[in-house]
Amino acid sequence: MQVTSPVRNPLITGGKTVHDVTEDICRHVEGKPTKSWLLGFTVAASVFGIGLIAVVATLWNGIGMWGLNKTVGWAWDITNFVWWVGIGHAGTLISAVLLLFRQKWRMAINRAAEAMTIFAVICAAMFPVLHMGRPWLGAYWALPLPNTFGSLWVNFNSPLLWDVFAISTYFSVSLVFWYLGLVPDFATIRDRATGIRKKIYGALSLGWDGAAKTWSRYESVSLILAGLATPLVLSVHTIVSFDFATSVIPGWHTTIFPPYFVAGAIFSGFAMVLTLMLVTRKVFKLEDYITIEHIELMNIVIILTGSIVGIAYITEFFISWYSGVPAEQYAFYNRMQGPYWMAYWTMMTCNVITPQLFWFKKIRTSVGATFALSIVVNIGMWFERFVIIVTSLHRDYLPSSWAMFYPTIYDVGVYLFTFGLFFSAFLLFAKFFPVINMAEIKSIVKSSSAKQSK
Amino acid sequence: MSDSRNFVLGVYDDEDVLLAAVGKVRGAGVKIHEVYTPFPVHGLDEELGYKRSRLPIAAFMFGFLGLGLALTMQIWMMGVDWPMIIGGKDFVPLPAFVPVSFEMTVLLAAFGMVATFLVVSDLKPWKDPKMLDIRITDDKHVMAIDLGKNKSVNTDEINSILKDSGAVEINDKEVED
Repeated sequence: MQVTSPVRNPLITGGKTVHDVTEDICRHVEGKPTKSWLLGFTVAASVFGIGLIAVVATLWNGIGMWGLNKTVGWAWDITNFVWWVGIGHAGTLISAVLLLFRQKWRMAINRAAEAMTIFAVICAAMFPVLHMGRPWLGAYWALPLPNTFGSLWVNFNSPLLWDVFAISTYFSVSLVFWYLGLVPDFATIRDRATGIRKKIYGALSLGWDGAAKTWSRYESVSLILAGLATPLVLSVHTIVSFDFATSVIPGWHTTIFPPYFVAGAIFSGFAMVLTLMLVTRKVFKLEDYITIEHIELMNIVIILTGSIVGIAYITEFFISWYSGVPAEQYAFYNRMQGPYWMAYWTMMTCNVITPQLFWFKKIRTSVGATFALSIVVNIGMWFERFVIIVTSLHRDYLPSSWAMFYPTIYDVGVYLFTFGLFFSAFLLFAKFFPVINMAEIKSIVKSSSAKQSK
Repeated sequence: MSDSRNFVLGVYDDEDVLLAAVGKVRGAGVKIHEVYTPFPVHGLDEELGYKRSRLPIAAFMFGFLGLGLALTMQIWMMGVDWPMIIGGKDFVPLPAFVPVSFEMTVLLAAFGMVATFLVVSDLKPWKDPKMLDIRITDDKHVMAIDLGKNKSVNTDEINSILKDSGAVEINDKEVED
């Protein structure tokens, strides 16, 4: 029996029955691909193909193809890495943290958000792998395998190695969580399908029969997985921020980085979920499941995390002045007034100022405005990482080695490659997998429909 | 044992009616084989008298194993097998081992628990689920009663108990073992 507070609006509108849920979600999996899907997939696959040229060129010639130099040893690659990992955070946050807080509105969006997490982490992993230059030797550098390329074992003092463990754990646990959630829904598709589709979805559903005993175990597994994924998601971006915070570069060496990076990750992740879900909702006609209330709640999370990020920027800035350390002070002066001032002020505008527009109810309940602002947030978050990484590196302690970083066409190409990969994967997911967790949504149909008929 | 088993299936279309029905049927002395539902119905496992799952204990033990493996690996590699001075740190700087130890704890706990769940629930890609009713994964809740295990109760009596408890359909099903 589901009990919801009478003051809350129903989470599903349109007076749906349990059978309607099956029909509405399965229709997209069972039907032929639509024209808009084919068009979208063609564009995404083309971007993937064009980007692949840059990836192959990088692998063939080495990372000299990128705009890196002796002073700026990493730039777009690590910027894109942190950006993609950050985007990935929303999926686990929605499915794990909101499950622990019993926020039922997560049910309509968790499936797609988790898929987004998995694809975003794959995109993120592309960058450190390519930056190795010779990734076929990467196993020796990244995994504890004895080798003679350097020291016998990997260095467990290094935050880069912690990242390897954090990201791979995060990826595999998220994948298991996502797949487990899909199993009952695959069974639904299996029981409606015939022929080869029945065989494929039958294998994917692992012989699920809906027995109460299995559901009981399944529920306790989901709860424990959520409990494990919650500290995991917080640890991942904390460890990503250690890549910078444990160094002694001015502008990086700050203790505020872990919480500030986690807030930024949730901020950009929710923005990406909104970007994807607003399109999916429209194309698949899921307005009864992903309601304006869902959009509003996500926008509220964006105001909260955006404000935390804003306060972190100001704190960082104040402390650099208050510390009295000239190098630290110069790093921040250079961000605002130096040659990369455009990046700094884009970051400030997109992350601190424009998200505050969501304080107006009209704006946070408007689909168009939300879509536009969700893209603005992700532009801002990309620039945040660029500002932190490049402006801190390009002018460090030794003015004779000051330099500028300019991206080459290959930097752009590799970034495009990950976009193509991300959107192709997401479109394939949206076509062949149920985009909404049917089993979970069905459990709130009765309470939602009862409220609507009042 | 015979080659096939005969079931009476009570089909319900409302989870709250089902919950009350489970109590009524069990109260009448009928043994329920299993209840199949399209979504998790909260409280159903208690109504059926199932014990709480011990999977959290498995998760804890796998997590503990992960922690032990991670610490052993790091201390042995950095402190015993090939000690090196890195940044003037100790050979075994325990604070630096926290992130990897944490991640491996989570990794083994999650994978170990899910693997245990799949094994105890007998979920595997090549399994034929032998669905008693195809609508279970859509919108119907099905209470299965094994006639072979309810010899003391008359079949007609079972049917009328199911009917009274709010079943919308009552079907017979023979399943080959």
